[in-house]
Amino acid sequence: MSQLRTKTKVHLLPYLLILPTLLFVILFTIYPTISSIVGSFFQQRLNIPRYRDPVFYGIGNYTDLLGSAGFRMILGNTLRYVAAVVPTTLVAALGFALWLSHKRHARFRIAIFHPTILPMVSAATIWMFFLTPDYGLFNTFLRFFGYSGPENWAANPNMALWSLVLIAFWKDAGFYMIFYLAGIQNLPGDVYEAAKLDGAGPLTIFFKFTVPLLRRTTLFVTTVAVIGAFRTVDHVFIVTQGGPSSRSSLLLYHLWQVRFEYLNIGQASTITVLLVALLLAFTISNFVISERRTTDA
Amino acid sequence: MRETGRMLPVGGLSTIGRRAWRVGGLLLAVGIALLWTMPLIWSVIASLRPQNEPFARGQVWFGSGLSVSNYFRAFELAPFGRYFLNTVMMVVAILSVQLVTSSLAGFAFAFYRFPGDKILFTIILTQMMIPTVALLVPNFRTIRVLGLYDTIWAMAIPFWGSAFGTFLLRQSFLAIPRDYGDAARIDGCAWHMILRHIYLPMAVPAVIAFSISSVNWHWNNLLWPLIITQSDTTRPLTVGLARFTQLGEIGAQWGLMSAATLIVALPLFVLFVIFQRRFMEGYMTSGLK
Repeated sequence: MSQLRTKTKVHLLPYLLILPTLLFVILFTIYPTISSIVGSFFQQRLNIPRYRDPVFYGIGNYTDLLGSAGFRMILGNTLRYVAAVVPTTLVAALGFALWLSHKRHARFRIAIFHPTILPMVSAATIWMFFLTPDYGLFNTFLRFFGYSGPENWAANPNMALWSLVLIAFWKDAGFYMIFYLAGIQNLPGDVYEAAKLDGAGPLTIFFKFTVPLLRRTTLFVTTVAVIGAFRTVDHVFIVTQGGPSSRSSLLLYHLWQVRFEYLNIGQASTITVLLVALLLAFTISNFVISERRTTDA
Repeated sequence: MRETGRMLPVGGLSTIGRRAWRVGGLLLAVGIALLWTMPLIWSVIASLRPQNEPFARGQVWFGSGLSVSNYFRAFELAPFGRYFLNTVMMVVAILSVQLVTSSLAGFAFAFYRFPGDKILFTIILTQMMIPTVALLVPNFRTIRVLGLYDTIWAMAIPFWGSAFGTFLLRQSFLAIPRDYGDAARIDGCAWHMILRHIYLPMAVPAVIAFSISSVNWHWNNLLWPLIITQSDTTRPLTVGLARFTQLGEIGAQWGLMSAATLIVALPLFVLFVIFQRRFMEGYMTSGLK
């Protein structure tokens, strides 16, 4: 009898240990995901009395959103933003890591890494000055190279999104560099010795050995970077507020706007579902690719 | 004598060549480092400009003298001291609970085999793919229903279960030989003693790595606190700064904005400069797992 009791106790214990974590994950991740999916099929608008309480709307929210040119533009902005930020930041991070992995230059790491410690709000505020028309430092810098294009970066319809890309690039390259530094530390030294003895040049070594050997790091950093790019919109709040006319609006920023400015809860839920679907599609395909490549190798 | 005389220049030249290469590399390095730190350097200098000296072309660096009046003015215009306190309370409220929940869950997943463990682990890991802040619509409602709107708790509670913390601690617990725990169990140690006296002490690097990234993330986070707070008694630094930059009377007073920006960034930044090794190594550990 007592044996049986200890046995059940042991069996129950691990569940009790994960219960707190599980509870909060269910309450603030699983339940809200399901609740957003349900909410996306309802019309609920807090500023219209008739729709204060949810009314079933079928797939109306989806057709409304995907049928609107404005929303398609924001979706396009987001995809372009992610497609621009992630590869450039990764390449810079790898470059910095290769440079700063040498002991001699290690003391410069802090210079490249420090934007990670700054809040995005602070970084964006400083950059707002850099991007300011006329006397902004960025224009001064570009004028030095003979530039005479649009001056007000953050307010130019064609440049606003790229201003945000620039800020995120500066802010994150040093952060991802850290992961590449860790990866480079673990590269097998003997492979490099052998390659050098065979007379391989630095470019060959880089593309034939370094890049493939760092593939796991690259996959990890890509995942972190893509999720980060989707969820960081602090600089949108500070620098452009999505403007001019939504030309630099990103999905999460738009979601906030629809919920708290337009008070359209049904549509906000629908945007949530689309955002989560994009994130999951990306993470899962990335995972599948990495699994397949690993078994191939 | 003659031979050495002939040899020296040759040897000297190649040393000079190597040294030139080295100096060139160093100059390039200093250049890149300067370029990268330019925003920070500029904001420090601009914040020290005397007030009422407008910025113009060619006049964006030092003013006629150094002054800390911008800092005093920033503190007059917004209660940054209170914001600082709120941020600290929020970060402590998040991290202290996260460390407990994550060590318990990480220990369970590393030390026990039980039916459903894989599924439960996967459920927890979804949190890493779906950022809490993306679910702001239902989470905002949950916080309101719980009656926590505009409190420090509202900013903290959604993050009390951490997939990243659970994952990181599980990984480093798995690296500990099972025999240690089993031997302790045979000696009559309860699970919490095994966790406290064997597992946690051996996972200190992971605990530090997680703490650093959690504090850094939440200290700097804007969107969730922006949504869930509305008064100065709960607002953290980031939200305070975001409001500050949008105050009408601030306009283009870049010196003042820089001062406010640095007030917000400085506390964590000073810690970083003191513990920079720890910071970077912490992130390196978390990436390796």
